[in-house]
Amino acid sequence: MIGFVLKRLLVALPTLLAVLTIVFLFVRVVPGDPALVILGDSATQEALAAMRQQLGLDKPILVQYAEFMAMVLTGDLGRSMLTSRPIVAEVLDVLPYTIELTIAALVIGVVFGIPLGILSARNRNGWADYATRLLSLIGLSFPAFVSAVLLLLVFAIQLRWFPVISSAALDDPSARLRSLALPSFNLGLIMVAYVTRVTRSSMLGVLSEDYIRTARAKGVPARLVVWRHALRNALIPVVTVVGLYLGVLIGNSVLTEIVFNRPGLGKLIVGALNQRDYTMLQGLMVIYAFIIVLCNLMTDLTYGLIDPRVKRT
Amino acid sequence: MTAVVSDVVAAGPLTALWIWSRRNKAAALGGLLVVLVMLSALLAPWLAPHDPLEQSVLNRLDPPSAEFLLGNDPYGRDILSRILWGGRVSLFVSTSAVLIALVVGSAIGILSGYVGGPFDRVVMAMMDVLLSFPSLIMGLLVVAMLGPSVGNLIFAIGLTAVAPFARIARAPTLVIKEREFVEAGRAMGFSHLRIMGVHILPNVASEVLVMGSLWLATAIRTEASLSFIGLGVRPPTPTWGGMIREGFENILDAPWLAVFPSIAILLVMLGLNLLGDGLRDATDPRLRHE
Repeated sequence: MIGFVLKRLLVALPTLLAVLTIVFLFVRVVPGDPALVILGDSATQEALAAMRQQLGLDKPILVQYAEFMAMVLTGDLGRSMLTSRPIVAEVLDVLPYTIELTIAALVIGVVFGIPLGILSARNRNGWADYATRLLSLIGLSFPAFVSAVLLLLVFAIQLRWFPVISSAALDDPSARLRSLALPSFNLGLIMVAYVTRVTRSSMLGVLSEDYIRTARAKGVPARLVVWRHALRNALIPVVTVVGLYLGVLIGNSVLTEIVFNRPGLGKLIVGALNQRDYTMLQGLMVIYAFIIVLCNLMTDLTYGLIDPRVKRT
Repeated sequence: MTAVVSDVVAAGPLTALWIWSRRNKAAALGGLLVVLVMLSALLAPWLAPHDPLEQSVLNRLDPPSAEFLLGNDPYGRDILSRILWGGRVSLFVSTSAVLIALVVGSAIGILSGYVGGPFDRVVMAMMDVLLSFPSLIMGLLVVAMLGPSVGNLIFAIGLTAVAPFARIARAPTLVIKEREFVEAGRAMGFSHLRIMGVHILPNVASEVLVMGSLWLATAIRTEASLSFIGLGVRPPTPTWGGMIREGFENILDAPWLAVFPSIAILLVMLGLNLLGDGLRDATDPRLRHE
């Protein structure tokens, strides 16, 4: 197992370097002068030159690349142009809220999605199957901000069950959970839809395999066949999908945080966009690159846990 | 099965479509929804009862009425007309983005699979890196750097979809390039370009097109999300995402403002998902016998 983990880590490193290089190139190759974008059209030549110097854009590109990599690898992403605070500190302040939201959504997705998918597969072409498939299709069709606005409208404004603004910075655990409920349900909806779909189709595939028929012939109770024998194999594609859509979840958490006015990476990124905080944007790109590579790594490692065959390859 | 198909084809494309629709009711319903929304957007100049930009202070945030069927926005503009015109912008941006991604991505995928070897490995590793970025985050950052304009939006959303098309085009290419008819073409001295374009492309097309309908839904979602964040086509041009943002800002006074454009997005997304699923089932041989 340790060898497997090390091997995966070795694969993740070049990916991370590649992503960081793309982030670096992207910021520099993009047509248009960042200094001009920040200062606006009315800036003088001297001001533009000073800004380029401040951003380090006046140096040769290879020097910039080396400096960028050195900074990232020492965990320094520079300072926000707006607040002059270190970007890493700004990110660490709000990151727990985003992680809390994403994990809650993930849990909702798995806890509801897997049983729904199994229910759907076991009652194939029955009414429960059709109802589940219709629901997951509707779930897939909702852009995160649309469902967020509608949930807010119904449950926070009309019914008043939940606070309209879910400021997560609460010390009282029950109030904090209450403010997390609606945003995480919103983000979880998408995940439930994806997980249900993939569990259903993967379960259908596994249930028609020979070893399931053997288990049934031996007289293993139906419940046990499904939950013990079939589920373990059916879960492998589910893990892929959960890993794949972790990225979608991170993207949609931006929208959810904006609608519910929660602190988090989403609000940080939109604030940086509106204020043209160029260093913050670059820093956030690096952070997202790290998060995404980390998610992919965790997905790979989970395979190893579920499917012993993966470890040997 | 083959006999049935050829009978259908012989009867003409419209009859074939009718028979296919009878067998795939959900997909047909989805296709109908998509066509209706596309038509309403295309015909917006004739369908819209009012000028989408005409302001009228007297009708500020009015609820739906006989003259303004879906009510008025904070500037007194007609919401129905803005939804119809907004569909034009949203659908134009996302369709162009997907078309560009489809062409560029398929070309990369076919080339990479056809050439093979280290070239293939490097290209696919690059595609994997591109693929690992969530489309919304990538779109957001690209538009943030380039600035919001129709061209930049198309570029940003297209960029997020190149990698999936490259992957889906590469897989069948690997198989097809080993087949006899490709070898025959090579023996006859056809150029690589001709083999890729004339012999491989048609065999990859169906999978790429199915993928296209599914990615169109993603592109519409990304465009709407960017507009909602404020990175879409600049106001006063109506877009669905931008309209929902305006509705969200006035959600306490006029909830219908956010609800109507939301329904428009939901209809087209539902239609595309139904259609895409049906097409995928129809082209995936593993599912054909279900």
